[in-house]
Order: sequence, then C-alpha cells, then structure tokens
Amino acid sequence: MIEARQLVRRFGYRTVLRSLDFSALPGEFIVLLGPNGAGKTTLLRIFAALLRPTSGGVTVAGCELPRQAAQLRARLGVVSHQPLLYGDLTAVENLHFYGQLYGVPRRSNRIEAMLALAGLEAVRNDLVRTFSRGMQQRLSIGRAMLSDPQVLLLDEPHTGLDQDACLMLDRTLAQVAGEGRTLLMASHDLARAAALASRVDILVRGRIVASTPTAALPPDGLLAFYRQTLEDIR
Amino acid sequence: MNNRPGFWRATFAVARKDLLTEWRSREAFSAMLVFALLVIFIFNFALELKPAARTEISAGVLWVTLCFAGSLGLNRAWAVEKDRGCLDGLLLAPVDRAALYFGKLFSGWLVLLTIAAILLPVYGLLYNQNLFLPGLIIVVVLGVEGYLAVGTLLAAMAVQVRSRDLLLPVLLFPVTLPALIAAVKASSAFLAGLPWTEVQPWFTLLLAFDLIFTVVAWLAFDIVMEE
Repeated sequence: MIEARQLVRRFGYRTVLRSLDFSALPGEFIVLLGPNGAGKTTLLRIFAALLRPTSGGVTVAGCELPRQAAQLRARLGVVSHQPLLYGDLTAVENLHFYGQLYGVPRRSNRIEAMLALAGLEAVRNDLVRTFSRGMQQRLSIGRAMLSDPQVLLLDEPHTGLDQDACLMLDRTLAQVAGEGRTLLMASHDLARAAALASRVDILVRGRIVASTPTAALPPDGLLAFYRQTLEDIR
Repeated sequence: MNNRPGFWRATFAVARKDLLTEWRSREAFSAMLVFALLVIFIFNFALELKPAARTEISAGVLWVTLCFAGSLGLNRAWAVEKDRGCLDGLLLAPVDRAALYFGKLFSGWLVLLTIAAILLPVYGLLYNQNLFLPGLIIVVVLGVEGYLAVGTLLAAMAVQVRSRDLLLPVLLFPVTLPALIAAVKASSAFLAGLPWTEVQPWFTLLLAFDLIFTVVAWLAFDIVMEE
C-alpha cells in the first residue's frame, strides 16, 4: 500500500532522507517515531505528493510518485497538526467544500457520516473558528475521511490537544483504522503509539533504524525499545 | 468510488469558498475599500484642478487607486491559505491545479470590481465627473482581469517566501505595466470622448494582454505550485 525504495530527499546541501526503505501493507497502522529533525514530516509530505523525492522510488495506494500524483490524491487523506479548515466556514460548509473538490458522491449522506464520526453533529452549523482545538482536529479527520481514502497520513495530530481531546481523537483513529485502510502517523507520543499502532518504526537522521510490531513488545516495552534504539545508533 | 470533479465545478467551489469567507470576515474587502476611498480623497484635496485638467488625470488616479487596492487583496488571497495551512488542503485535492488558480482569479476579480463599482460614483461626486460610460466600464472589467491574472500567479509564488508583502509589488507592477498603460490610455480616451479609432489600439493591447497573460499564468500555475 505504501512503499519507498532507496528514497533520498535533499534541501540544498542538507540531506534529510538517506536511502530510506519503507513499506506498509493494507490494514496496518504504523506510527513513525523519531527525534525532532529526523525527517518524519518530510517523509509524510513525499508520501502525500506534496514534495518530490530527490531520488528513489515511491508507490502509495498503487500510484507511482511523482508521475501519478494526481491519481493518488483521490485515494489519500492527510491530517496534520494544522486542521486545514476554514475558520469562517461552518463545519458543514468546510466538509461540503472539500466534498466538492474530491467529487464525493451522495455528499450530504457522507457529510452526515463524517460529522457523526467526529462527534460534531450538534455544532454542525457553527463557524469552525469558534471550535476548540480538539473539535477542529476531530473535524479534520472527518475532512480527511470524506473521500473514503485507502491511505491516511497523520502528522502529529495530537499536537496542542488536552487529555480529553486526545482520547476522543484516539477513539476516532481506532474506528478509522478498523476499516481496513493503511494509516501512517508521525508522533512523539510513545504511550499513544503503543496503544494505537500495529507497528512502530523509528526514524533517525533520515533512515528507518528499527521496526517492531507492537504486539511483540512487553507492556510498557516501547519506551525501552525506543531508548535502546537511539542508544545503539549513537 | 469518488468522481473526479470537473474543472469548472472545482473552480466554482474555490471561488464560492473565497467569496463566502470574505463575506463573513470582510477583512480584505474593508481594507481595500477604505484604502481606495482614502486615495481618491487625498488626490481630490492634493490636486485642486480645473475641470479640464481633472478629465486628463481622472484615468490615472482611478487606475493607481485600483492597482494599489488590488495589491492589498492579492497579498491576502494566498496568505490566508498559507497561514492557516489550508494551502496544503487545496494542493492535496484531486483537481486540476488550474481550477485553484481560476477560482482565486474569479473571486479576486469580483471583489475588485465591487470596489470599482463603489469607487466610480464616489469619484464622480468628488470630481464632478460622469464615469458611468459603457466604454470605461468595459475597460475597468478588462483591466482588472489582466492585472489580477498576473497578480494571482505572482501572489501564489510570493506566498512561499517570508518577504511576500514586499516581493509581490516588486514583481507585479513591472509585469502588468503594459496592461496598466493600455487601461489608463483607453480610459482617458473614453473620458475625453475621443473617437473609437483613438481608443482602439489601447483597447486591443489590453485585450491581447488579458488573453496572453491569462493563458501563460494558467500554464505556469501548476509548475509554480509544484513545491
């Protein structure tokens, strides 16, 4: 579903991704861990066809990038730490706008389903700028899921959320992950990664240096695994 | 399964969204209108001219006002998308990127024409001059289109850099100079009541500029937004 082969991305003289290999199968929920500047956001932006790789091969949802970027966009949902919503539109208007851009069929029914997924039916006609950050982020998942994507990319979606909002977001993500699509989430939150993901990959200095199924780890074992991995590569 | 939306449907969706958000916030519109009215007030008091001289300078004052007010709107059109992260939301959509360009162009065009529709009668009152001439109105419609066709593309380029507010006018005015000169000359000719043979060369230049630069901007937009 997602595959990167010998992926390199440079910004001027700075190499952010170094011959990175990565693969994710349908139905997997992978959390990408790593220190700041490891290249997590760059990797997600390449998978979202928002950045071109300098070299190497990338295939997402059956589309080879960057050649088939236009086809990929219809099969992809993206949630970042910014909600990508318009504050001066209501929740329904935001979903309607994105629904139009994605050519979502039976749009009204789908919008209702996404409002239910986000738990925002009661505030459907309120302007998004009046929403709390947690509500905006849940609506952002509704926006990303509107086109029923095969692959969902999430770039630190919990940033700036309080505990309750994080828990509500986790419930929404768990529901979305249970529908057979591939989820790839960049995060710094180990406990959340252990709870949500089926696999954890650790990205350091532009390379995946370790990968493990979360089921193979003992309870609370991810922190030790992460620390040991960072220690080993020093 | 999603149906990929048609070009014009996507263009309309972007334009409608821009106009609705602007209607709700009135941020750009208010700033542009107040700025435009201030400019013509200042010109009115600074240039205490005889009626004949006023006819000569009217087209120049009108176009300076529209251009500067327009550049305020252009700066905001893409900056709003960038600052709220919505630019990524637009670029992730499975639509022809040109639809984003034409949506922005169309909404900007309607906003600036609305400013012009308010400006012309106020200007007419202040300068005691009738500006409701069909020829002049057509020149305003075409001139604004040519100016924004280039401006929408350059604003999309400038939004990627930190000094976008400074960069846009530096890029925009030299490129749109032929259209502005043609618009001023054609407007002057209409206001002076000159025959069509006097207006026609400037009118043709303006029309050619609109066509060429709209097509060039349309073709270049995808490359500009690539990264």
